[in-house]
Order: sequence, then structure tokens, then C-alpha cells
Amino acid sequence: MAEPLISVRGLKVALPDMTRKPLIGRAPLAEILKGLDFDLPKGSVTGIVGESGSGKSTLGRALVRLIEPSAGSISFEGRDISHLSEAELRPLRRDLQMIFQDPMSSLNPRRTIFSIIAAPLKQNGLGDNLKTRVAEALQRVGLPQNFAGRYRHQLSGGQRQRVGIARALALSPKFVLADEIVSGLDVSTQAQILTLLEKLAAEMGLTVAFISHDLSVIRRLCQQVIVMREGRIVEASATDALFDSPKDAYTRDLISAIPLPEIDPAWLGTLAMTKASA
Amino acid sequence: MSAACLDIRSLSAVLPNGQRVLRSVSLSVQPGEVRALVGESGAGKTMIGKAVLGVLPPSVRIAEGDMLLEGEDLGQLQPKARRTLIGARTALIPQDPLTALNPSRRIGPQMTDRLVRILGWSDERADNRIRQLLDEVQIRDPERVLKSYPHELSGGMRQRVLIAAAFAAEPRLIVADEPTTALDVTVQKQILRLIAQLQRDHGTAILFVTHDLGVVAKISQRVSVLYAGKVVEEAETAALFAAPQHPYTRALMAATPRYTDPLASLRPVDDAVLAGLAAEIAAADQAWRRPHG
Repeated sequence: MAEPLISVRGLKVALPDMTRKPLIGRAPLAEILKGLDFDLPKGSVTGIVGESGSGKSTLGRALVRLIEPSAGSISFEGRDISHLSEAELRPLRRDLQMIFQDPMSSLNPRRTIFSIIAAPLKQNGLGDNLKTRVAEALQRVGLPQNFAGRYRHQLSGGQRQRVGIARALALSPKFVLADEIVSGLDVSTQAQILTLLEKLAAEMGLTVAFISHDLSVIRRLCQQVIVMREGRIVEASATDALFDSPKDAYTRDLISAIPLPEIDPAWLGTLAMTKASA
Repeated sequence: MSAACLDIRSLSAVLPNGQRVLRSVSLSVQPGEVRALVGESGAGKTMIGKAVLGVLPPSVRIAEGDMLLEGEDLGQLQPKARRTLIGARTALIPQDPLTALNPSRRIGPQMTDRLVRILGWSDERADNRIRQLLDEVQIRDPERVLKSYPHELSGGMRQRVLIAAAFAAEPRLIVADEPTTALDVTVQKQILRLIAQLQRDHGTAILFVTHDLGVVAKISQRVSVLYAGKVVEEAETAALFAAPQHPYTRALMAATPRYTDPLASLRPVDDAVLAGLAAEIAAADQAWRRPHG
């Protein structure tokens, strides 16, 4: 296996628990990630799967250092970035990019697509030849050049997500975090966006962390999978191995709960009916 | 065949600008049957559900067509009689249980309200009935749930509560509008199983709106595939998956991801398919406009 681009050891993240915040004073901390160890090999796509509340998005935000770990380390190209200051992180931002879940709220409604894609280029000292760079970024994601002058509301959901990808990849980053990037899209659009990301990741040799709740999508896109539950890694392995012989019972449950688009009269009957309590 | 539970005949709905949002939709739901309505966003599947329940947005006008609920023509009834009939014989399981529940009231009164106020049941009868239904939806501690506020329950529990409420008044028809879309997969499976179980036990017909062909395959006996407010294919569910006839249905199936066949799935929809659909819609609109000016 390729050497790791990112190495995570003993990673813990604690965030303020607003549901337990007293009227006056600070909210107590709740541990969201409870000690994670894994590597993201260079040039690979790793799926991070889990149900809501499993900590997968928190993990993603820690990987791109939007939040600071409370313990453990995150190494990027061998350098520990887990406690770098904002100023120290700045030169690394170019290499750690992110594609967001909701392209509607992650694109500024008052700026043209050109200025949205150009902003991070200027921020990162690539302000020369802006027109050429933005044109390349649009072309890369299959959008016509005249889209540069449009605004987000003039675009369809799939086109907006292409802009999100163009913005993240314009900087030629080494690492891209993709957090539920197709969960709001129709299946036909979802297929276009995923095949685009698949192609670009291979062409540009990107290392990608692909967060999703959909194991079917992960099987197609990812070389390895990390299954999370309640802030811990339940199982991590190569994709084919995970699907062919899942080791953990929870992984098996997750896989068997996917309703495949095919007739299977036994499917509804395979889940033990246990009473739920509030 | 006995009278259909719901019979929609050539229903067209238009926006104020004259654009059709439902295009001569015909479909029926037989007693005790689960009929799936599947399509992508904007296909009009939720619109059909709203038309049946009589809650279309004010801007949408029904331009043509009939809806028969157990043989009674809804269009022929006075508004009050129509609302009473719809209220007594139908129920809704909504997509988002959090917005469907009043956040500032406890679950118990929210569940009995409809039975007491609309159907005129006594408090005791309504109370007994919802306890029975909470048991049927496998809720272990009904006392606690009835006293809870919506935010104190998980998404799965809230959806169980709404399923219980929907079945409580023994409706003949339930409109289920993407009832599992907001849920995690393992919870989705439990909820689908509950809906199937209660549907069988009570003999209720369900119009099941979803965007997910996987859910269609597991829950329904018959299915209508919608695109741009038009039914492009209608079939028994088993037949649809064995041999989809319309190019759009085939494209949707090929676009749906499957972990069992990763390389053959996730195929983007072909431009030729979309062009064919556009032509089909345009031809249908032209044929419709002729007599309707």
C-alpha cells in the first residue's frame, strides 16, 4: 500500500454539548470522537460511513483542521498538524480542500461563479492568470465557459455541486474532503457527480476522504472503508473485503439494511422486530 | 374487480401561467394494496398526494380529471362534505416527523386530538385506541412516549408515533410521502417493516410516494413511474423490476447505486433518454391543449 498522506493516531475530539449548557456559563464538553487510528494512503479514496451522530462529519472537519483535536495527532505528509495555529495552517489550506454537502448554502448568492472559484485562488497566491485558471476549473467539471458570469440561483442542483468541485480542485490540492456531497441530489444527477469525482480523483491523483451514509455509493468509489459508530471505528478494511466478509455485526446490519432496487420478498422479514423505547 | 379504493382519472393540474404540473395522470389503488409513486424531484409525486388529500397549494388549479375515493367522486361533493369524507377515510404519513408534530405539545394529546375532535370519539376510546396502536408500532414504553415532547424522541420514534396516529382511525387509504427519507438505513428498514405489517393487519391501501427504487421494490405491489407530472410507466412491481419497459425507467434503474454490482450501477442518464422524454411531454401537452385552448 502507498505511504500515508494523512495519519491519524489516538484522535479525540470534544465539542461543547449545547443540550446541557447551563443558562449562564459554558456548555460542558462531550466527547464526539473517542480515539481513532487510521491512515489515508496517498492517491486513494477512503469511504467514511456511519449513521447520524456517529461522528463522521466531525472527523472530516478535524481532518481539514476546521476543528482542533482534544487529544491524539493528525499528521499530514509526516508533519503533525493537530495543534497548528490558524496562521501556521494558512500555507496548508491550499492542500486541504473540502467539497460541501449543500451546494446551495456553500455558494455565495451575491457572487458570480467566476468570483466564487477565483476567491480561493487569490487567497492562496494564485491570483495571476485568473481567467485561465477559472476557465480550466470549469472545463474540468464539464461546465460551459459562459457559466462564469452566472449566479448560483441560475444553476441546477447538479451544476451547483460541479461548481463546488471546481472550487475545491482549482487549487490542485493534495487532499479533498467530500462530506455527503450527493445526498441532496436525484439519482440521475448523483450518478453524474460521482462519476465526475471518480474520474478527477484518478486523473489528479487526489487523496479523498468520502463521507457518506450510502454504502452502495462507497463500494463504487472507494478503495477502503472506515465504518463508524458512536465516535469509534467499528471496522476498517479494503472495500471488497468489507462487503465480501464484514467482520463486525454492525457492519453486516448496515449492509443488509440497504434496500437494493430488486425484488426480494425476504428482505423485510430479516430484521428481528424488537421493541423500541424512547 | 371491486371498486378501487382510490381512482384517479386523467388528472391535470395547472399553474397560473398555464403550465401543467400534472399531465393527465391516471392511477388506481386497490383496497389493501401498496401502490408506489416513484420519480425524481419535480416529478409531481407529492403533488398527486396533496391533490388526493385536498391540500394543493392555492396556486395550483385542477384543470381536468376526476378523483374517486371508494367510488365517491370528490369533485362532485361540496367542499365541506369533501373535507369530511377525506378526513374520515384517509390519513397521511409525512416525510419529516419533526415538522409534522407541534413542538410545544406533548405527544399524547396530539395523537388523540384528531380522533376526539374530528371523529367525535370519547376521550377514553381515543386513549385506548392510541395505546393499542403504540403497541402495534412496537413502542415499549407508551406512558413515557405519550408524555414526551417531540424533541425528546429520536427520528425513528417520532415516525413510529406518526404511523400509529395514521392507522388509529382505521383509514381506508394512507398517503405516505417519503416516510423514510430522513431516516438512517437501519431505522428505515424497521419503519418499512412496521408500515408493511400494519398495512397487512389493517387491510389499508397505501399510496407510497418515494424517490428510491429500492424502497419501491421492497414495499409495493404496483408502481407508477413519474416524470414531469406524467406517468411514463405503470406496472406490477415485480414486472417492473424484471423487465422495465420505458427508457426512463431503465435509466433510473441503471443510475441507482447497488453495492452488489458497483460497476454496472451509477450510470448517468443518457441525453437521448432525456430528449425522448422532452419530446413525449411536448407531444402530450400539444394533444391536451387542443381541446383545452
